[in-house]
Amino acid sequence: MKLFFHFGRYFILIKRTFGRPEKLSIFRSRIFEEINNLGIGSLGIVAIISVFIGAVITIQSAFNFSNPLVPIYAVGVAVRDSMILEFSPAIISLILAGKIGSSIASEIGTMRVTEQIDALEIMGINAPGYLIQPKIIAAMLFSPILVIFSMFLGILGGYVFGLLSGVVTNYEFVLGITYQFRPFNVVYALIKGVVFAFIFASVPAYHGYYTKGGSLEVGRSSTKGVVYSSVLILAFDLILTQLLLA
Amino acid sequence: MIIGESGSGKTVLIRCMVGLNDVDSGEVLFNGRNFYNLDFKGKKEIRKEIGMLFQGGALFDSKTVEENVVFPLSMFTDLSESEKRDRANFCLKRVNLANANNLFPAELSGGMKKRVAIARAISVQPKYLFCDEPNSGLDPKTSIVIDSLIKEITEEYNITTVVITHDMNSVVENGDNIMFIYKGEKWWEGNKEEILKTDNLEAQDFVYATKFMKELRKKL
Repeated sequence: MKLFFHFGRYFILIKRTFGRPEKLSIFRSRIFEEINNLGIGSLGIVAIISVFIGAVITIQSAFNFSNPLVPIYAVGVAVRDSMILEFSPAIISLILAGKIGSSIASEIGTMRVTEQIDALEIMGINAPGYLIQPKIIAAMLFSPILVIFSMFLGILGGYVFGLLSGVVTNYEFVLGITYQFRPFNVVYALIKGVVFAFIFASVPAYHGYYTKGGSLEVGRSSTKGVVYSSVLILAFDLILTQLLLA
Repeated sequence: MIIGESGSGKTVLIRCMVGLNDVDSGEVLFNGRNFYNLDFKGKKEIRKEIGMLFQGGALFDSKTVEENVVFPLSMFTDLSESEKRDRANFCLKRVNLANANNLFPAELSGGMKKRVAIARAISVQPKYLFCDEPNSGLDPKTSIVIDSLIKEITEEYNITTVVITHDMNSVVENGDNIMFIYKGEKWWEGNKEEILKTDNLEAQDFVYATKFMKELRKKL
Protein backbone atom coordinates (compact mmCIF):
# COMPACT_ATOMS: atom_id res chain seq x y z
CA MET A 1 0.00 0.00 0.00
CA LYS A 2 2.86 2.32 0.86
CA LEU A 3 4.27 1.78 -2.63
CA PHE A 4 1.01 3.01 -4.21
CA PHE A 5 1.00 6.01 -1.87
CA HIS A 6 4.52 7.02 -2.94
CA PHE A 7 3.77 6.28 -6.57
CA GLY A 8 0.68 8.51 -6.52
CA ARG A 9 2.34 11.30 -4.59
CA TYR A 10 5.36 11.21 -6.91
CA PHE A 11 3.16 11.68 -9.99
CA ILE A 12 1.19 14.48 -8.34
CA LEU A 13 4.49 16.22 -7.58
CA ILE A 14 5.70 15.72 -11.16
CA LYS A 15 2.43 17.19 -12.45
CA ARG A 16 2.92 20.26 -10.23
CA THR A 17 6.58 20.42 -11.21
CA PHE A 18 5.76 20.78 -14.87
CA GLY A 19 3.23 23.57 -14.31
CA ARG A 20 3.73 26.82 -16.21
CA PRO A 21 6.80 28.74 -14.90
CA GLU A 22 6.09 32.04 -13.12
CA LYS A 23 8.45 34.08 -15.27
CA LEU A 24 10.29 32.80 -18.33
CA SER A 25 13.37 34.97 -17.79
CA ILE A 26 13.84 33.63 -14.25
CA PHE A 27 13.11 30.09 -15.41
CA ARG A 28 15.79 30.36 -18.12
CA SER A 29 18.38 31.66 -15.70
CA ARG A 30 17.49 28.88 -13.20
CA ILE A 31 18.09 26.25 -15.93
CA PHE A 32 21.53 27.71 -16.74
CA GLU A 33 22.31 27.86 -13.02
CA GLU A 34 21.40 24.18 -12.65
CA ILE A 35 23.31 23.17 -15.80
CA ASN A 36 26.33 24.78 -14.20
CA ASN A 37 25.75 23.12 -10.81
CA LEU A 38 24.65 19.67 -11.90
CA GLY A 39 26.19 19.23 -15.35
CA ILE A 40 29.43 21.17 -15.58
CA GLY A 41 30.18 20.31 -11.96
CA SER A 42 30.06 16.62 -12.89
CA LEU A 43 32.47 16.75 -15.84
CA GLY A 44 35.52 16.09 -13.64
CA ILE A 45 34.26 12.92 -11.98
CA VAL A 46 32.82 11.59 -15.26
CA ALA A 47 36.16 12.19 -16.99
CA ILE A 48 38.26 10.46 -14.32
CA ILE A 49 35.99 7.42 -14.04
CA SER A 50 35.55 7.02 -17.82
CA VAL A 51 39.28 7.14 -18.59
CA PHE A 52 40.14 4.56 -15.94
CA ILE A 53 37.24 2.23 -16.79
CA GLY A 54 38.17 2.39 -20.50
CA ALA A 55 41.75 1.49 -19.58
CA VAL A 56 40.68 -1.37 -17.30
CA ILE A 57 38.31 -2.82 -19.93
CA THR A 58 41.16 -2.77 -22.48
CA ILE A 59 43.59 -4.61 -20.22
CA GLN A 60 40.99 -7.11 -18.96
CA SER A 61 39.75 -7.82 -22.50
CA ALA A 62 43.31 -8.37 -23.76
CA PHE A 63 43.89 -10.76 -20.85
CA ASN A 64 40.69 -12.70 -21.59
CA PHE A 65 41.19 -12.74 -25.37
CA SER A 66 44.56 -14.50 -25.14
CA ASN A 67 43.10 -17.34 -27.22
CA PRO A 68 44.79 -17.22 -30.68
CA LEU A 69 41.38 -17.82 -32.33
CA VAL A 70 40.12 -14.44 -31.08
CA PRO A 71 41.66 -11.57 -33.06
CA ILE A 72 43.36 -8.92 -30.92
CA TYR A 73 41.23 -6.13 -32.48
CA ALA A 74 38.34 -7.63 -30.45
CA VAL A 75 39.80 -5.61 -27.57
CA GLY A 76 38.78 -2.42 -29.40
CA VAL A 77 35.31 -3.86 -30.10
CA ALA A 78 34.90 -4.79 -26.41
CA VAL A 79 35.97 -1.34 -25.20
CA ARG A 80 33.71 0.45 -27.71
CA ASP A 81 30.62 -1.65 -27.03
CA SER A 82 31.08 -1.73 -23.24
CA MET A 83 31.47 2.03 -23.11
CA ILE A 84 28.68 2.91 -25.55
CA LEU A 85 26.08 0.32 -24.61
CA GLU A 86 26.37 0.17 -20.86
CA PHE A 87 29.09 2.08 -19.09
CA SER A 88 28.57 5.63 -20.37
CA PRO A 89 24.77 5.74 -20.09
CA ALA A 90 24.06 3.41 -17.16
CA ILE A 91 27.09 3.29 -14.87
CA ILE A 92 27.73 7.02 -15.22
CA SER A 93 24.04 7.64 -14.38
CA LEU A 94 24.39 5.46 -11.28
CA ILE A 95 27.42 7.50 -10.23
CA LEU A 96 25.54 10.73 -10.95
CA ALA A 97 22.57 9.43 -8.96
CA GLY A 98 24.95 9.35 -5.99
CA LYS A 99 26.56 12.72 -6.66
CA ILE A 100 23.69 14.80 -8.05
CA GLY A 101 20.84 12.86 -6.41
CA SER A 102 22.14 13.32 -2.90
CA SER A 103 22.81 16.99 -3.57
CA ILE A 104 19.26 17.56 -4.92
CA ALA A 105 17.58 15.66 -2.05
CA SER A 106 19.59 17.40 0.65
CA GLU A 107 19.17 20.86 -0.90
CA ILE A 108 15.40 20.54 -1.25
CA GLY A 109 15.07 18.69 2.07
CA THR A 110 16.94 21.45 3.91
CA MET A 111 14.74 24.05 2.24
CA ARG A 112 11.69 22.10 3.41
CA VAL A 113 12.73 21.76 7.07
CA THR A 114 13.85 25.40 7.28
CA GLU A 115 10.46 26.54 5.90
CA GLN A 116 12.02 28.05 2.76
CA ILE A 117 9.61 26.02 0.60
CA ASP A 118 6.69 27.29 2.71
CA ALA A 119 7.99 30.83 2.15
CA LEU A 120 7.89 30.23 -1.62
CA GLU A 121 4.35 28.83 -1.43
CA ILE A 122 3.18 31.79 0.66
CA MET A 123 4.50 34.16 -2.00
CA GLY A 124 2.21 32.37 -4.48
CA ILE A 125 5.09 30.61 -6.24
CA ASN A 126 4.67 27.03 -7.44
CA ALA A 127 7.59 25.69 -5.36
CA PRO A 128 8.08 22.38 -7.27
CA GLY A 129 8.00 24.31 -10.55
CA TYR A 130 10.55 26.81 -9.32
CA LEU A 131 12.88 24.35 -7.53
CA ILE A 132 12.56 20.98 -9.23
CA GLN A 133 11.65 21.67 -12.87
CA PRO A 134 14.93 23.47 -13.73
CA LYS A 135 16.92 20.65 -12.10
CA ILE A 136 15.15 17.95 -14.13
CA ILE A 137 15.40 19.90 -17.38
CA ALA A 138 19.06 20.75 -16.77
CA ALA A 139 19.88 17.10 -15.99
CA MET A 140 18.03 15.86 -19.10
CA LEU A 141 19.63 18.49 -21.35
CA PHE A 142 23.14 17.90 -20.07
CA SER A 143 22.95 14.11 -19.83
CA PRO A 144 23.58 13.46 -23.58
CA ILE A 145 26.67 15.69 -23.37
CA LEU A 146 27.97 13.75 -20.36
CA VAL A 147 27.24 10.41 -22.06
CA ILE A 148 29.11 11.36 -25.24
CA PHE A 149 31.94 12.89 -23.19
CA SER A 150 32.20 9.64 -21.21
CA MET A 151 32.16 7.45 -24.35
CA PHE A 152 34.91 9.52 -25.95
CA LEU A 153 37.14 9.57 -22.86
CA GLY A 154 36.55 5.89 -22.06
CA ILE A 155 37.60 4.80 -25.56
CA LEU A 156 40.51 7.27 -25.48
CA GLY A 157 41.58 5.94 -22.07
CA GLY A 158 41.44 2.38 -23.42
CA TYR A 159 43.45 3.38 -26.47
CA VAL A 160 46.18 5.23 -24.53
CA PHE A 161 46.58 2.59 -21.80
CA GLY A 162 46.35 -0.21 -24.40
CA LEU A 163 49.25 1.29 -26.32
CA LEU A 164 51.25 2.15 -23.17
CA SER A 165 50.89 -1.36 -21.77
CA GLY A 166 51.56 -2.93 -25.16
CA VAL A 167 48.49 -5.21 -25.12
CA VAL A 168 47.20 -3.80 -28.40
CA THR A 169 48.64 -1.88 -31.34
CA ASN A 170 47.35 1.36 -32.77
CA TYR A 171 46.13 -0.40 -35.94
CA GLU A 172 44.33 -3.20 -34.05
CA PHE A 173 42.59 -0.86 -31.62
CA VAL A 174 41.38 1.52 -34.35
CA LEU A 175 40.23 -1.45 -36.42
CA GLY A 176 38.37 -2.79 -33.40
CA ILE A 177 36.52 0.41 -32.55
CA THR A 178 35.40 0.87 -36.16
CA TYR A 179 34.57 -2.79 -36.83
CA GLN A 180 30.84 -3.27 -37.61
CA PHE A 181 29.97 -0.07 -35.79
CA ARG A 182 26.20 0.52 -35.37
CA PRO A 183 25.35 4.23 -35.01
CA PHE A 184 22.02 3.24 -33.44
CA ASN A 185 23.96 2.08 -30.36
CA VAL A 186 24.86 5.72 -29.69
CA VAL A 187 21.21 6.77 -30.07
CA TYR A 188 20.23 3.95 -27.69
CA ALA A 189 22.82 5.19 -25.17
CA LEU A 190 21.58 8.77 -25.44
CA ILE A 191 17.94 7.70 -24.93
CA LYS A 192 18.98 5.76 -21.83
CA GLY A 193 21.00 8.73 -20.56
CA VAL A 194 18.02 11.11 -20.87
CA VAL A 195 15.62 8.68 -19.15
CA PHE A 196 18.10 8.00 -16.35
CA ALA A 197 18.69 11.75 -15.91
CA PHE A 198 14.95 12.23 -15.37
CA ILE A 199 15.07 9.48 -12.73
CA PHE A 200 18.15 10.69 -10.83
CA ALA A 201 16.86 14.26 -10.77
CA SER A 202 13.17 13.65 -9.98
CA VAL A 203 13.30 10.77 -7.47
CA PRO A 204 15.70 12.48 -5.02
CA ALA A 205 13.75 15.72 -5.51
CA TYR A 206 10.59 13.87 -4.45
CA HIS A 207 12.28 12.54 -1.31
CA GLY A 208 13.70 15.95 -0.48
CA TYR A 209 10.40 17.74 -1.08
CA TYR A 210 8.48 15.57 1.36
CA THR A 211 11.13 15.61 4.11
CA LYS A 212 9.67 16.06 7.58
CA GLY A 213 11.69 16.79 10.71
CA GLY A 214 15.26 18.01 10.95
CA SER A 215 18.79 17.39 9.77
CA LEU A 216 18.65 13.65 10.47
CA GLU A 217 15.61 13.29 8.19
CA VAL A 218 17.33 15.36 5.50
CA GLY A 219 20.16 12.80 5.56
CA ARG A 220 17.64 9.95 5.38
CA SER A 221 15.85 11.56 2.44
CA SER A 222 19.14 11.95 0.67
CA THR A 223 20.01 8.27 1.18
CA LYS A 224 16.53 7.15 0.09
CA GLY A 225 16.72 9.36 -3.00
CA VAL A 226 20.03 7.81 -4.06
CA VAL A 227 18.97 4.22 -3.32
CA TYR A 228 15.58 4.40 -5.04
CA SER A 229 16.89 6.27 -8.06
CA SER A 230 19.73 3.72 -8.44
CA VAL A 231 17.28 0.80 -8.30
CA LEU A 232 14.98 2.52 -10.82
CA ILE A 233 17.91 3.21 -13.15
CA LEU A 234 18.80 -0.49 -13.13
CA ALA A 235 15.18 -1.50 -13.72
CA PHE A 236 14.76 0.97 -16.59
CA ASP A 237 18.11 -0.13 -18.01
CA LEU A 238 16.67 -3.60 -18.42
CA ILE A 239 13.33 -2.33 -19.78
CA LEU A 240 14.92 0.03 -22.30
CA THR A 241 17.42 -2.58 -23.44
CA GLN A 242 14.60 -5.04 -24.03
CA LEU A 243 12.56 -2.41 -25.87
CA LEU A 244 15.32 -0.90 -28.00
CA LEU A 245 17.77 -3.72 -28.68
CA ALA A 246 15.92 -7.01 -28.42
CA MET B 1 -2.90 37.99 18.40
CA ILE B 2 -3.17 34.27 18.90
CA ILE B 3 -1.78 32.94 22.15
CA GLY B 4 -1.71 29.54 23.78
CA GLU B 5 0.51 26.85 25.22
CA SER B 6 3.01 24.94 23.09
CA GLY B 7 1.18 22.23 21.17
CA SER B 8 -2.21 23.92 21.48
CA GLY B 9 -2.50 24.35 17.70
CA LYS B 10 -1.46 27.96 17.08
CA THR B 11 0.96 27.20 14.28
CA VAL B 12 -1.45 24.73 12.68
CA LEU B 13 -4.12 27.45 12.79
CA ILE B 14 -1.92 30.07 11.13
CA ARG B 15 -0.74 27.54 8.52
CA CYS B 16 -4.41 26.79 7.74
CA MET B 17 -5.10 30.51 7.50
CA VAL B 18 -2.40 31.01 4.87
CA GLY B 19 -3.19 27.78 3.03
CA LEU B 20 -0.08 25.79 3.93
CA ASN B 21 -2.17 23.12 5.69
CA ASP B 22 -5.51 21.83 4.44
CA VAL B 23 -8.52 22.35 6.68
CA ASP B 24 -10.84 19.53 7.73
CA SER B 25 -13.83 21.89 8.01
CA GLY B 26 -14.63 25.60 8.20
CA GLU B 27 -13.76 28.59 6.06
CA VAL B 28 -10.82 30.97 5.73
CA LEU B 29 -12.15 34.26 4.40
CA PHE B 30 -9.97 36.96 2.86
CA ASN B 31 -12.19 39.96 2.24
CA GLY B 32 -15.17 37.64 1.70
CA ARG B 33 -13.29 35.16 -0.50
CA ASN B 34 -13.10 31.64 0.93
CA PHE B 35 -9.51 30.58 0.30
CA TYR B 36 -10.31 26.86 0.18
CA ASN B 37 -13.06 27.28 -2.42
CA LEU B 38 -10.75 29.01 -4.87
CA ASP B 39 -8.91 27.39 -7.77
CA PHE B 40 -5.11 27.50 -8.07
CA LYS B 41 -5.18 30.90 -9.81
CA GLY B 42 -7.49 32.40 -7.20
CA LYS B 43 -5.36 31.08 -4.35
CA LYS B 44 -2.29 32.50 -6.05
CA GLU B 45 -3.91 35.94 -6.24
CA ILE B 46 -4.66 35.86 -2.50
CA ARG B 47 -1.17 34.62 -1.70
CA LYS B 48 0.26 37.66 -3.45
CA GLU B 49 -1.58 39.75 -0.85
CA ILE B 50 -0.04 37.79 2.03
CA GLY B 51 3.27 38.37 3.74
CA MET B 52 4.49 35.89 6.29
CA LEU B 53 7.17 36.03 8.92
CA PHE B 54 8.22 32.49 9.82
CA GLN B 55 9.57 31.43 13.20
CA GLY B 56 13.10 30.88 11.85
CA GLY B 57 12.90 33.66 9.26
CA ALA B 58 12.85 31.17 6.33
CA LEU B 59 15.30 33.29 4.38
CA PHE B 60 16.74 31.71 1.23
CA ASP B 61 20.17 30.78 2.51
CA SER B 62 21.86 30.74 -0.90
CA LYS B 63 20.84 34.36 -1.52
CA THR B 64 22.17 37.54 0.06
CA VAL B 65 19.98 39.81 2.17
CA GLU B 66 19.32 42.09 -0.80
CA GLU B 67 18.57 39.15 -3.11
CA ASN B 68 16.11 37.81 -0.54
CA VAL B 69 14.19 41.08 -0.52
CA VAL B 70 14.42 41.50 -4.30
CA PHE B 71 13.20 37.92 -4.93
CA PRO B 72 9.40 38.46 -4.65
CA LEU B 73 9.75 41.66 -6.69
CA SER B 74 11.54 39.72 -9.45
CA MET B 75 8.83 37.07 -9.45
CA PHE B 76 5.77 39.30 -9.44
CA THR B 77 6.65 42.73 -10.77
CA ASP B 78 8.07 44.12 -13.98
CA LEU B 79 10.33 46.61 -12.20
CA SER B 80 13.77 47.24 -13.65
CA GLU B 81 16.84 45.96 -11.78
CA SER B 82 17.58 49.42 -10.34
CA GLU B 83 13.96 49.94 -9.28
CA LYS B 84 13.97 46.57 -7.53
CA ARG B 85 17.21 47.42 -5.76
CA ASP B 86 15.81 50.80 -4.71
CA ARG B 87 12.68 49.15 -3.32
CA ALA B 88 14.79 46.54 -1.48
CA ASN B 89 17.02 49.25 -0.02
CA PHE B 90 13.96 51.21 1.08
CA CYS B 91 12.48 48.14 2.83
CA LEU B 92 15.79 47.25 4.46
CA LYS B 93 16.19 50.82 5.66
CA ARG B 94 12.66 50.69 7.03
CA VAL B 95 13.62 47.71 9.23
CA ASN B 96 16.88 49.44 10.24
CA LEU B 97 19.15 47.15 8.23
CA ALA B 98 20.68 49.60 5.80
CA ASN B 99 24.18 48.09 5.62
CA ALA B 100 23.53 44.38 5.43
CA ASN B 101 22.71 44.03 1.71
CA ASN B 102 25.59 41.72 0.83
CA LEU B 103 25.49 39.49 3.88
CA PHE B 104 24.18 35.92 3.71
CA PRO B 105 21.54 34.71 6.20
CA ALA B 106 24.16 32.52 7.93
CA GLU B 107 26.05 35.72 8.82
CA LEU B 108 23.04 37.36 10.50
CA SER B 109 21.86 37.28 14.11
CA GLY B 110 18.37 35.99 14.97
CA GLY B 111 16.95 39.51 15.22
CA MET B 112 18.52 40.57 11.92
CA LYS B 113 17.05 37.52 10.19
CA LYS B 114 13.58 38.46 11.43
CA ARG B 115 14.06 42.02 10.22
CA VAL B 116 15.14 40.82 6.76
CA ALA B 117 12.09 38.52 6.70
CA ILE B 118 9.88 41.52 7.53
CA ALA B 119 11.57 43.55 4.79
CA ARG B 120 10.96 40.72 2.32
CA ALA B 121 7.33 40.42 3.41
CA ILE B 122 6.60 44.13 2.99
CA SER B 123 8.52 44.53 -0.27
CA VAL B 124 5.42 43.58 -2.30
CA GLN B 125 3.11 45.68 -0.09
CA PRO B 126 0.92 42.89 1.31
CA LYS B 127 -2.60 43.41 2.66
CA TYR B 128 -2.17 40.74 5.32
CA LEU B 129 0.85 39.95 7.45
CA PHE B 130 1.09 36.69 9.38
CA CYS B 131 3.81 36.31 12.00
CA ASP B 132 4.61 32.95 13.57
CA GLU B 133 6.27 33.65 16.93
CA PRO B 134 8.22 36.68 15.73
CA ASN B 135 10.14 37.03 18.97
CA SER B 136 10.96 33.40 19.72
CA GLY B 137 14.65 32.89 20.39
CA LEU B 138 15.30 36.62 20.77
CA ASP B 139 16.51 38.52 23.83
CA PRO B 140 13.89 40.76 25.52
CA LYS B 141 15.31 43.96 24.03
CA THR B 142 15.37 42.64 20.47
CA SER B 143 11.88 41.19 21.01
CA ILE B 144 10.58 44.67 21.79
CA VAL B 145 12.30 46.06 18.67
CA ILE B 146 10.68 43.40 16.47
CA ASP B 147 7.26 43.88 18.12
CA SER B 148 7.46 47.65 17.64
CA LEU B 149 8.50 47.20 14.04
CA ILE B 150 5.54 44.89 13.31
CA LYS B 151 3.18 47.38 15.00
CA GLU B 152 4.60 50.35 13.12
CA ILE B 153 4.43 48.56 9.78
CA THR B 154 0.86 47.41 10.45
CA GLU B 155 -0.23 51.00 11.10
CA GLU B 156 1.92 52.60 8.42
CA TYR B 157 0.79 50.31 5.57
CA ASN B 158 -2.71 49.79 6.97
CA ILE B 159 -2.44 46.01 6.85
CA THR B 160 -4.14 43.29 8.87
CA THR B 161 -1.57 41.50 11.00
CA VAL B 162 -2.01 38.19 12.77
CA VAL B 163 0.68 37.36 15.32
CA ILE B 164 1.23 34.09 17.14
CA THR B 165 3.14 34.55 20.35
CA HIS B 166 4.01 33.19 23.76
CA ASP B 167 5.40 36.48 24.89
CA MET B 168 3.01 38.09 27.40
CA ASN B 169 4.90 41.37 27.22
CA SER B 170 4.09 41.53 23.54
CA VAL B 171 0.45 40.60 24.23
CA VAL B 172 -0.01 43.26 26.90
CA GLU B 173 1.69 45.91 24.74
CA ASN B 174 0.18 45.20 21.32
CA GLY B 175 -2.82 42.87 21.69
CA ASP B 176 -5.71 44.78 20.11
CA ASN B 177 -7.60 41.53 19.55
CA ILE B 178 -6.44 38.46 21.42
CA MET B 179 -7.51 34.87 20.96
CA PHE B 180 -6.46 32.21 23.46
CA ILE B 181 -6.27 28.69 22.06
CA TYR B 182 -6.49 25.70 24.36
CA LYS B 183 -6.19 22.08 23.20
CA GLY B 184 -6.89 23.03 19.60
CA GLU B 185 -9.98 25.14 20.32
CA LYS B 186 -10.73 28.82 20.73
CA TRP B 187 -11.05 29.17 24.49
CA TRP B 188 -11.17 32.87 25.08
CA GLU B 189 -11.27 36.11 23.08
CA GLY B 190 -10.81 39.72 24.10
CA ASN B 191 -8.34 42.60 24.16
CA LYS B 192 -5.22 43.47 26.16
CA GLU B 193 -7.18 45.09 29.02
CA GLU B 194 -9.63 42.21 29.28
CA ILE B 195 -7.04 39.44 29.27
CA LEU B 196 -5.49 40.68 32.52
CA LYS B 197 -8.87 40.47 34.22
CA THR B 198 -10.18 37.30 32.64
CA ASP B 199 -11.92 34.75 34.83
CA ASN B 200 -11.25 31.95 32.37
CA LEU B 201 -9.10 29.53 34.38
CA GLU B 202 -7.01 28.14 31.53
CA ALA B 203 -6.37 31.63 30.16
CA GLN B 204 -5.45 32.83 33.65
CA ASP B 205 -3.02 29.91 34.04
CA PHE B 206 -1.34 30.89 30.80
CA VAL B 207 -1.27 34.65 31.36
CA TYR B 208 -0.04 34.46 34.95
CA ALA B 209 2.40 31.59 34.47
CA THR B 210 5.52 33.67 35.17
CA LYS B 211 6.53 35.15 38.51
CA PHE B 212 6.59 38.61 36.97
CA MET B 213 2.99 38.33 35.81
CA LYS B 214 1.93 36.93 39.19
CA GLU B 215 3.44 40.00 40.86
CA LEU B 216 1.63 42.19 38.35
CA ARG B 217 -1.64 40.47 39.15
CA LYS B 218 -1.28 41.29 42.84
CA LYS B 219 -0.97 44.97 41.93
CA LEU B 220 -4.07 44.92 39.71
